[in-house]
Amino acid sequence: MAIWLDGNSKVLVQGITGSEGQKHTRRMVASGTDVVGGVNPRKAGSDVDGIPVFATVSEAMKETGADVSVVFVPPPFARDAAVEAIDASIPLLVVITEGIPVQDSAYFFNYSKDTGTRIIGPNCPGIISPGKSNAGIIPADITKPGRIGLVSKSGTLTYQMMYELREIGFSTCVGIGGDPVIGTTHIDCLQAFQDDPETDAIVMIGEIGGDAEERAADFIKANVTKPVVGYVAGFTAPEGKTMGHAGAIVSGSSGTAQAKQEALEAVGVRVGKTPSETARLMLEIVG
Amino acid sequence: MDLFEWQAKELFAKHGVPTTEQVVVTTADDAYAAAEQLGGGPVMVKAQVKTGGRGKAGGVKFAPTADDAREKAEAILGMDIKGHTVHTVLISQAEDIGEEYYFSFLLDRGNRSYLAMCSAEGGMEIEQLAVEKPDALARVPVDPVAGVDVAKAREIAEKGNLPEAIRDQAVEVIVKLWDVFTAEEATLVEVNPLVRTPDDRVLALDGKVTLDDNADFRHRDVHDAYRDISATDPLEVRAEEKNLNYVKLDGQVGIIGNGAGLVMSTLDVVAYAGEQYNVRPANFLDIGGGASAEVMANGLEIILSDPDVRSVFVNVFGGITSCDAVANGIVSALSMLEGRGEQLTKPLVVRLDGNNAAEGRRILTDAAHPLVEQVDTMDGAASRAAELAGKGA
Repeated sequence: MAIWLDGNSKVLVQGITGSEGQKHTRRMVASGTDVVGGVNPRKAGSDVDGIPVFATVSEAMKETGADVSVVFVPPPFARDAAVEAIDASIPLLVVITEGIPVQDSAYFFNYSKDTGTRIIGPNCPGIISPGKSNAGIIPADITKPGRIGLVSKSGTLTYQMMYELREIGFSTCVGIGGDPVIGTTHIDCLQAFQDDPETDAIVMIGEIGGDAEERAADFIKANVTKPVVGYVAGFTAPEGKTMGHAGAIVSGSSGTAQAKQEALEAVGVRVGKTPSETARLMLEIVG
Repeated sequence: MDLFEWQAKELFAKHGVPTTEQVVVTTADDAYAAAEQLGGGPVMVKAQVKTGGRGKAGGVKFAPTADDAREKAEAILGMDIKGHTVHTVLISQAEDIGEEYYFSFLLDRGNRSYLAMCSAEGGMEIEQLAVEKPDALARVPVDPVAGVDVAKAREIAEKGNLPEAIRDQAVEVIVKLWDVFTAEEATLVEVNPLVRTPDDRVLALDGKVTLDDNADFRHRDVHDAYRDISATDPLEVRAEEKNLNYVKLDGQVGIIGNGAGLVMSTLDVVAYAGEQYNVRPANFLDIGGGASAEVMANGLEIILSDPDVRSVFVNVFGGITSCDAVANGIVSALSMLEGRGEQLTKPLVVRLDGNNAAEGRRILTDAAHPLVEQVDTMDGAASRAAELAGKGA
């Protein structure tokens, strides 16, 4: 089953004709993803490696039956691209673009509320259900299909964890992104993994900034019976400095890695000191 | 980007939020001239630092005359407030204060929305207000799609219990503060205090604004004008010029990695390993996905020019980036730096994993650079880099 993305998913790429869009479309196709079309209003009628380019998301959906769209368009145009996809009622919208102004993200996330569109990202590597489908830029050959679910704010830490546990394999890995406003949260993923019969255990990777991990801890206590192992990055981050991700900032005494670790441990989540130790904790559970 | 009070109030004025006339100065004599320009006093002399608690620290003074403004500015300039040196002071018209209120718009990350906070009980720090008088602080969610119109502003003012006598004015001010928040793309617009004068005017007497760095491309003029390089570490300024994502820290182990999460994690792992050797990470540097030789060279150059650095840990997980490209990048970066006449003496510990790691490791082995040492795991490499930095003391 996996969550949100499987072998039946039909994927569109918004911004397919740009260099990133093209590069990652090829990678998605190479890893077995059914990429059925692209969108670029100025290049409608052309194609990328035989994949047809449409003028609008709604036209592309009508012609191809697409149910996922991956957004690579640059920050100045990302809000309109997202709104267009939401208006077209795309079920899953994966926004890869980094550097989107937060008021734009806040706008399109709230615009998507009470519609049928789930947004993953922005500023994220996307979602992969290994062996089935890959919507985004996560390298497909790091790991094999398996029964662990992974949710992470960080791209490379996602890859690192997939690599550490490659022998066990994953049902679905979701990179939710490191921006202050994101569409899909740790909690959404925890719920979906809890409900997914093909997922046995969950790895949750967090980092400094905000209180998403603390909220996730409360959620785990009340709703998650599957084992959860955690990792939090940013113990050494100084207050008031943005550490790469726009959302990764300790403000005063809030958003610290320490507080997040304590909140998770208080509800029985085992938290590793390093990514490798976190992987070992997971191996003790499923290995 | 956090703004100084004077910058925040400049943006307020730009959007029609009533505030006091102000002049920013850097010398005591200019403070005198500014006070004269504002009518000869009384004026307020306010230290411009990006931290709270200025008043308590003696950084905000009332000056009845221009001579007095000079004296107060003399005392405040150069003052240290919570580690921030005062380089500028704001001279503004002193106003009689009837009542003090609190108001802010901010990004509410947890709810992925905005929040208006309003209270008729102002004049203290928001943290204190939230603890001491939580019932007096209205928190009103603001939908980013719907925004704030007059009706919404009225709802906020009513919930904050702003007195009826000045409510219409307050509503008008709130709508204009919303203009500041959206037009300037802020993540925080705070007015504390928002005051009612004895003659029933409503004025923003102090302001705190944080602008969204991601919105830089739409606000280049404002962002460039308000960027404060004086308070930024010189290495960070150089890194920014080269588009590197670098944060200076106070340790001895230089760090380069790809991806913000992995680099944050690398700092942590080095900090643990460093406990034994009494060393800490010296910086955060994310070279991102590409990791070309040039980016690697620029990154290494910044890190190696940090006098505190005694060893460097290059930690790369090849996801999209392939490790052979990274290895070639390291080799060319070293020769590029040597070509620029740099004397390289600090050891590099490199850990390559992921996409094409075997080939990447082979390239480094073949290059056999005397300063480069490879360790296969992240934890092991962190330990080794910490050990080398400890020895280099």
